[in-house]
Amino acid sequence: MRGARPARWAAGAAAAALTAAACGGGGGGSAPGVLSASWGDPQNPLEPANTNEVQGGKVLDMVFRGLKRYNPRTAAPENMLADRIDSPDSRNFTITVKNGWRFSNGEPVTARSFVDAWNYGASLKNNQKNAYFFGYIEGYDKVHPETGAQTADTLSGLKVTGTRTFTVRLAQKFSTFPDTLGYAAFSPLPRAFFDHHEDWLRKPIGNGPYRVASYTRGFKMSLRKWDGYRGPDKARNNGVDLQVYTDTNTAYTDLMAGNLDLVDDVPAAQLKYVKNDLGGRYINTPAGILQTLAFPFYDPRWKRPGTQKVRTGLSMAIDRNLITRTIFRNTRTPASDWTSPVLGTAGGFKAGLCGAACRHDPHRAKKLVQEGGGLPGGQVRITYNADTGSHKQWVDAVCNSINNALGDNEACVGNPVGTFADFRNQLGRHSMPGPFRAGWQMDYPLIQNFLQPLYYTGGSSNDGTWSDKDFDRLVDRANAESDRASAVRLFQRAEGVVRDNMAAIPLWYQNGNAGYSRRLSHVALNPFSVPVYDEIKVG
Amino acid sequence: MGRYVIRRLLQMIPVFFGATLLIFLMVHVMGDPVAGLCGERRCDPATAAQLRREFGLDKPVWHQYLAYMGNVFTGDFGTAFNGQRVTELMATAFPVTIRLTVVAVVFEIAIGIALGVITGMRRGRPVDSSVLLLTLVVISVPTFVTGLLLQLLLGVQWGWMRPSVSPDAALGELIVPGLVLASVSLAYVTRLTRTSIAENKRADYVRTAIAKGLPRRRVITRHLLRNSLIPVITFIGTDIGALMGGAIVTERIFNIHGVGYQLYQGILRQNIQTVVGFVTVLVLVFLIANLLVDLLYAVLDPRIRYA
Repeated sequence: MRGARPARWAAGAAAAALTAAACGGGGGGSAPGVLSASWGDPQNPLEPANTNEVQGGKVLDMVFRGLKRYNPRTAAPENMLADRIDSPDSRNFTITVKNGWRFSNGEPVTARSFVDAWNYGASLKNNQKNAYFFGYIEGYDKVHPETGAQTADTLSGLKVTGTRTFTVRLAQKFSTFPDTLGYAAFSPLPRAFFDHHEDWLRKPIGNGPYRVASYTRGFKMSLRKWDGYRGPDKARNNGVDLQVYTDTNTAYTDLMAGNLDLVDDVPAAQLKYVKNDLGGRYINTPAGILQTLAFPFYDPRWKRPGTQKVRTGLSMAIDRNLITRTIFRNTRTPASDWTSPVLGTAGGFKAGLCGAACRHDPHRAKKLVQEGGGLPGGQVRITYNADTGSHKQWVDAVCNSINNALGDNEACVGNPVGTFADFRNQLGRHSMPGPFRAGWQMDYPLIQNFLQPLYYTGGSSNDGTWSDKDFDRLVDRANAESDRASAVRLFQRAEGVVRDNMAAIPLWYQNGNAGYSRRLSHVALNPFSVPVYDEIKVG
Repeated sequence: MGRYVIRRLLQMIPVFFGATLLIFLMVHVMGDPVAGLCGERRCDPATAAQLRREFGLDKPVWHQYLAYMGNVFTGDFGTAFNGQRVTELMATAFPVTIRLTVVAVVFEIAIGIALGVITGMRRGRPVDSSVLLLTLVVISVPTFVTGLLLQLLLGVQWGWMRPSVSPDAALGELIVPGLVLASVSLAYVTRLTRTSIAENKRADYVRTAIAKGLPRRRVITRHLLRNSLIPVITFIGTDIGALMGGAIVTERIFNIHGVGYQLYQGILRQNIQTVVGFVTVLVLVFLIANLLVDLLYAVLDPRIRYA
């Protein structure tokens, strides 16, 4: 046993040095009333029209307030900076901005703050990845042409008519346009954004309840309550320290050890223990995310009439209940339509719209696949990216379901792709060998957002190039409809077209989940699965 | 000596170009990185084309490589997709990883060589067998197991340390991650030293030194160790490069934002500029560490002369 002594000595020395370091280090939320929360490094610069993922979205949600804001609980679009938005014809809108709003550097928020920001977002030369959000506005084809150089710098459809009023003219009728204005890309921007762009990126300035106190890119962002904020949703804590974690498991471990207050993505491996570890300090609420299996309609074998039976058969072969329960531990709910429960029934969510086609029925599944002429090529290969999430587990489980139903062990296999970028590449090149993973996180809580980008001819996320005249016509009519309820009904009829052709197999609605420390209370996730930071109370 | 160094430095040039070209081609095989920037949707073609033009991705690969190398020699490693200069990323990542590597190497030297000497001097005794067994266990257990286990025990169960390293990554915080990172190499250093010592213990010059009546401590440190350390130094020298680039697992577990983190993120996001830039620097580190090791030989063993 003598040999073990030096090792033990080393461990002891290490521990001693560590305790010394821990005393000097200081915990995550050391300032009073400030909470620390997990974060990921934003993929793009933190410009509002350039942020298309949740990590950058978290910051924008704290630092900015737009014309509208989606109610964190009901997802209903409510006026925030908008005093009123009027339109006689669903095409021309007059927007009045509320008085008294300011950016945290003291500059007042005016109509120009919006118009400048939107022009910046739309202009091709600024490389803004969310530019297409401005695509409904007249003149977009001039500032952002599909090919060639841009011939205008500003959108002709935007006009400042007063300090607090501006008009928007759309290229076509779009009755629910005002409801899309809660999206971060439509945030106002201060002059500092344009005049001192590099400085602004280092320390963004907005008009939200928090201001950025310090930002070390790739490591940490400290946000503090902005005392000058005049909105109704003032921060109820003194600030938030966002800490970048490479691995959600480490963040979870830090939460367990008391070094972190809030983790908004509990890793799949820990879901089994989370009830034990956290008890009531774990939340699991619906988010506007739907996972589907889409099909390569550019492949003639999937385009052939009759294949909708094969697709419906595949849908019925999948045991959604079993998979969501065992693999996802109820952080997903079996889907029975092509939208999300967060829309609410008034917003267009309709449980059971998919009907029997989404119910597990192995016998009918086998029969339908045979009636439809069998699987194209005798086998389906489900393509997914293996680098994030637990895609491998569920794809294997789905294949298992299908194989069991069809009584053929080779009927379905997974086809992993190394990285998300490569996966997107193969989608773009139209080289999918069979069905593929298609996840959709809503941009704004409207049924339109769950249908048009995904199934409309040429839609921005219509990766399978599905095209159906009836669907397109119904969506056009719905967009032109000024009465909200009838618009929703038309969208649901369009959704019926998707169902009858089984353009994509709905799998499950995804929840957002989070765990938090004993210091916090009033923690909730909004329908975008982002924590509602301003409502959290510390201590 | 001077000519030898110059010859070695000249040899580095083709190695450097070959290695960077290889990395460049490998990253390119992964395909168009712009496609991954727009979330679960197709990038709008105009913006994608503009981004490709700005990052030079629309040019043929050889053209991109030449342009990139040209920029590297003026100190410009390009811009990552999130708008940060790669040199800026390096300035934050390398100091952290260097600190981590230093901690790891110190552990390797201090514990590894000490254990090696003890076991080498007492070959076949219980001390020797138990340390041998211990090193075998360490070598066969993967780093992520040791890392997660120590993190859970010291960080959560006993609360002796923070499970993750803070953004400052002070030396004190890096002790456990450094130990984890060093563990496997440490075991190899122990075994190498042990074999080497055991072999040289019976050498004539050691017997002579003992016969001269020199104290035991002096015989070991001055005569025995100096000769026995040559293979160990080679190992540690090459290990420095491996530790710096191979810390991905350890850095992930302890949330250290060093080179491994940047490389991992760069690969996931197919960020050509970041990956090629960091690997280029790592290649340089590796080459220089190797050169230093070779020069150290001459210091340790006067019989080795470089002309």
